[in-house]
Parts: sequence; C-alpha cells; structure tokens
Amino acid sequence: MDISSLTVDVVKEGLQARRFSAVELTTEALRHAREENPKTNAYLHFSDERALATARCVDEKLARGEDPGLLAGVPVAIKDVIVTQGVRTTCGSKLLAGYVPPYDATAVTRLEQAGAVMIGKTNCDEFAMGSSNENSAFGPVRNPHAPDRVPGGSSGGSAAAVAQGTAVVALGSDTGGSVRQPASFCGVVGVTPTYGRVSRYGLTAFASSLDHIGPLARNVRDAAQVLRAIAGRDALDSTSAEAPIPDYTAQLDGNVKSMKLGLPREYLKDLTSETGDLISKGIETLQKMGCEVREISLPTTDYAIGCYYIIATAEASSNLARYDGVRYTFRSRSSETLSDMYRKTRGEGFGAECKRRIMLGTYVLSAGYYDAYYLKAQKVRTLIARDFSNAFSQVDAIVAPVSPFPAFKIGEKLDDPMAMYLSDIYTITGDLAGIPCMSVPCGKTAEGLPVGMQILAKHFDEARMFRLADAFERSGGASN
Amino acid sequence: MKITEREVRYVADLANLALTDDEVRKFQHDLDEILAHMDRLNEIQTSGVEPMTQVVYEAGETATLRPDRERPGIGSELALANAPLASHGYFKVPEVIKR
Repeated sequence: MDISSLTVDVVKEGLQARRFSAVELTTEALRHAREENPKTNAYLHFSDERALATARCVDEKLARGEDPGLLAGVPVAIKDVIVTQGVRTTCGSKLLAGYVPPYDATAVTRLEQAGAVMIGKTNCDEFAMGSSNENSAFGPVRNPHAPDRVPGGSSGGSAAAVAQGTAVVALGSDTGGSVRQPASFCGVVGVTPTYGRVSRYGLTAFASSLDHIGPLARNVRDAAQVLRAIAGRDALDSTSAEAPIPDYTAQLDGNVKSMKLGLPREYLKDLTSETGDLISKGIETLQKMGCEVREISLPTTDYAIGCYYIIATAEASSNLARYDGVRYTFRSRSSETLSDMYRKTRGEGFGAECKRRIMLGTYVLSAGYYDAYYLKAQKVRTLIARDFSNAFSQVDAIVAPVSPFPAFKIGEKLDDPMAMYLSDIYTITGDLAGIPCMSVPCGKTAEGLPVGMQILAKHFDEARMFRLADAFERSGGASN
Repeated sequence: MKITEREVRYVADLANLALTDDEVRKFQHDLDEILAHMDRLNEIQTSGVEPMTQVVYEAGETATLRPDRERPGIGSELALANAPLASHGYFKVPEVIKR
C-alpha cells in the first residue's frame, strides 16, 4: 500500500471495496510515518492507541453496513497547538513538554466523528509564533523538497507531513499566514477558512481575534472535504458562526468562465522575483480558463504589518499570561516566592520569539500607549477590512502571492526578526479582514522549490474559492 | 532609541518575565526597530473610524446563549493531573509573601 499517494476518495473506495481495512491502513500509516519522520521531524508524537481505536470503529461500521463517515479511515496529522484528550499537546513549547489535555478540540472531535484517524501531532513554532518552524523547542522541521530549508511556519510540521506523504490531510492553525505560507513552501494546499467558520474550542489561543483552524491537503478536493467535516457552529465557541455549510465538492465542476478576479496592485508591484514570474504565469493560466482579470487596489496594505503585529502581540501577551507554572506547565525549580516562580518559570520556559512578542504586546497595552498603538491598530484594521469589502464589490475573488520568496535555508533569517515579520505581508491581511483565503500550488522555481498562489474570497464564500483553486489545479497550475 | 533599557526592564516586570542582561539588550534593539515600524501607522488618518475589535460580517443573528443545562465537570483529579505540584485537591505554590 502506497500511503504517500492516497487521497480521501481513494481511501473511501479502498475501504468500500474491502481492499484493505481501516485497521490495516492505520497500522501501515503509523509504520510509514515513523519510518519517514527522521527525514523531516514533522511529528512530535504518534497516537497509536487512539488511532487504532478509531480505525476499529470505522471497520465495525463498515461490517454493519453503516455509513462510516465522510473521512472514514483517512490518516490525519494534527498540529500540536490543537488539544487532544489523553494525547500530549506541547504547542512546540518547553513549558508544555509534558502536558496531556483532559479534553478534545471540537475540530478533532468532528474529524473523528467523520471517521478520520488521527495518527499523530505535528511540530510547529512555539505557540504558533513564527514563519519558519525554527521556533519549536523540539527542533526545526526540514522541508521535504529540500532538507536544508525550512518548511515554513508556523504549521510547518503539518505541511511537511502532507508533502512527505505520511498523512493524507492535516490540521494547522493560521493567525497571520501559518497555514498558507507553509503550504506554499511545501507545495501543498492550505486553507484559512472564514473567521468563525471552524470552532476555535481547543485551539491554544495565540491572538483570539485572528486565530483560525484550517486544513492542509495534497489537493483542493481533500481540503474541501476536511473543511466540510470540521466547519459549523459550536456552542463551545461563541465566535463560531451560524452559517450554512455547502457541499463544496459538488461545486468543483471546473467551470470558472467569466469569474471576475482582482489583482491587488500593492501586492504585485514589487514582486519581480522568480516567485513573481510563477504567479504571473498562474494568472495567465486563469485567463486562458476564461477568468476575467482586472487590477484592483488595497490602499491600506502598507500599514498592515504594523497593524497586525500590534494586535497579534497585544492579544498574545494576554493569552500567554496563563503559562505561569501553577496549573499545567513546567515550573522553575529555583524560586522562593510565588512572584519569583512566575517570572523564572516564564523566563526559562518561553523561547526567544515568544518572549519578544510578549514584550511587544505588553508594551503596546501598557499605560499611556494603549490609544497610540492598540486602539490605532484596531482602527487601521477597520480600513484594511474595508479595502477588501470595496474590492469584493467589483470582483468575485482576489489572486495574490503567498510569500515574497520560496523556502529559505534553515538559520538564514533567524537573526533578523523584523525581516521575518515583513515577509508575512501577503498573508496577514486576510486574517485581519477575517475572509477565507488559501494557498494552491503554482509551480516550482528552477531550483525545484514550490511556490503557492493565494486566492482570497468574501466571508463564507469558500465554495467559490475552492472552485477556482480546483479548476486551477486541474489545468496544471503555472506549468500549463 | 525609542525605548530605554529601563523601559524594557519595566515591561518585562509587567509581563512577569525574568530576562537576562543579554536578553534585555537584545530586546531593546528588536523592540526599537519594530516600534519604529509600527509608528508608521500615525501617517494614516483614522479620525471617525470605528475600531475593529472582532471580525464582522453580514450574517443572521447568532444565538450566543446556549441552553443552561447541567453537565459534569472534569473533576479535580484530572484538573490537577498536569500540575507541577499538587496535593489534597489543591495546586501548591511557593510562599506568596516572604515573612
């Protein structure tokens, strides 16, 4: 059985035809993932017992002639910032190295209800803060396409697992591009759904007004099926939306004729690199498919980085206050008083990037600076969201790059946090506006490094975004 | 310098974060650079613009209240299972006030 070439539909068909059982598939998937893991360090731990229990349940349903679910038997990997009952969840942090959550995230519950089999938890930047996966306390992840390069971040392990072929699909989380950018670097599909489309219950909070759970997959159809399974209102997350969930796959008909696509001037003007050439070729492909392309303007783009890093770090500094050595983290041994224990636990436990963001967030929220930074940023966020709603009154979807460059070398950008932040420019805006966006493979550079094209759509219009991405994928992307 | 070493130490204190002297110097440099970039937001006119505190979209009314039904909690044993130090159903911490 070749695990690396499986898709959701192939698994479904194989189970129905009794070519393999879910337990056989799961056993093989776990063996394969373990064997391949030293090449990338994509997984932090495997969940054999739970995986086999879910697989047995699928097999029993099949034997009884019941519907085993939309994702029956599909091996999935879950980013280690999403909590899983009884399965260690570290958030890539030394602080939570031994944390075993007493409950499941809603997205995980829903995946298993749909028959999906969680085989393990994936490596990521500590508390999802980073764009390279180098901020994990458990070592960096290597890009399956080029082992000396990063897989992107922060969902680097999930993207690498899917690209490497050890999981059919994976869940990641996206606050400023953490699903789309690693998907782009690893040559897979990565989706950030509308804010509120997927419950955040059980997603370790980084910046609550920006956090999303989203799927990674080797094709658009699989990603759409995963989203269908995990989407929808959840009483345990009051920001989850009561919105109808269409059958996305029914709309993947390849017909994108006359679809109006906007190309944001501000995103493409400085993009003269190989990445820019590939995106331009991708846009030509879309035109050949019958899409109408026009230039649009998102005038507030220049201020998005400042806006994002104020809001994200402010929210993070509050959310990360809970890691204090009392309830579930490691505790510094050398403290004599309570306040000393908090300070030392956090000082010893957090990595450099988390500390930097806690410091920034605390500064912008501190007395005298709140209005100048946090409130100002929230107003600029309104303008950024307005840019998008204006654009969507003229076009059906927006096409853009995901990252200014492909996967870079491990260690190359570690000493320049500002440069790393600036590289998030094309992805943070979608999170700030809360609109659905995704990365779909758009060819490779001469060196063989994948490049992703970003598609952004209106709130809750994932169906149209998937239709365009699927049609693009079928046409061969930028290689056409 | 936009931010002084004293301010870095003050902010670290607010954040309950013990930093080494090297970290203080490093973060002073990093924060300075990042805050200078953030200050560019002042170039943009925002008077009369409402702050966006949450993602807003046009949608039907969401029932934000769930039915008030009793359900079992996770219990203190499980709640304490990840604690670095616990006993008799409580989290244990070092002395709060030094006598």
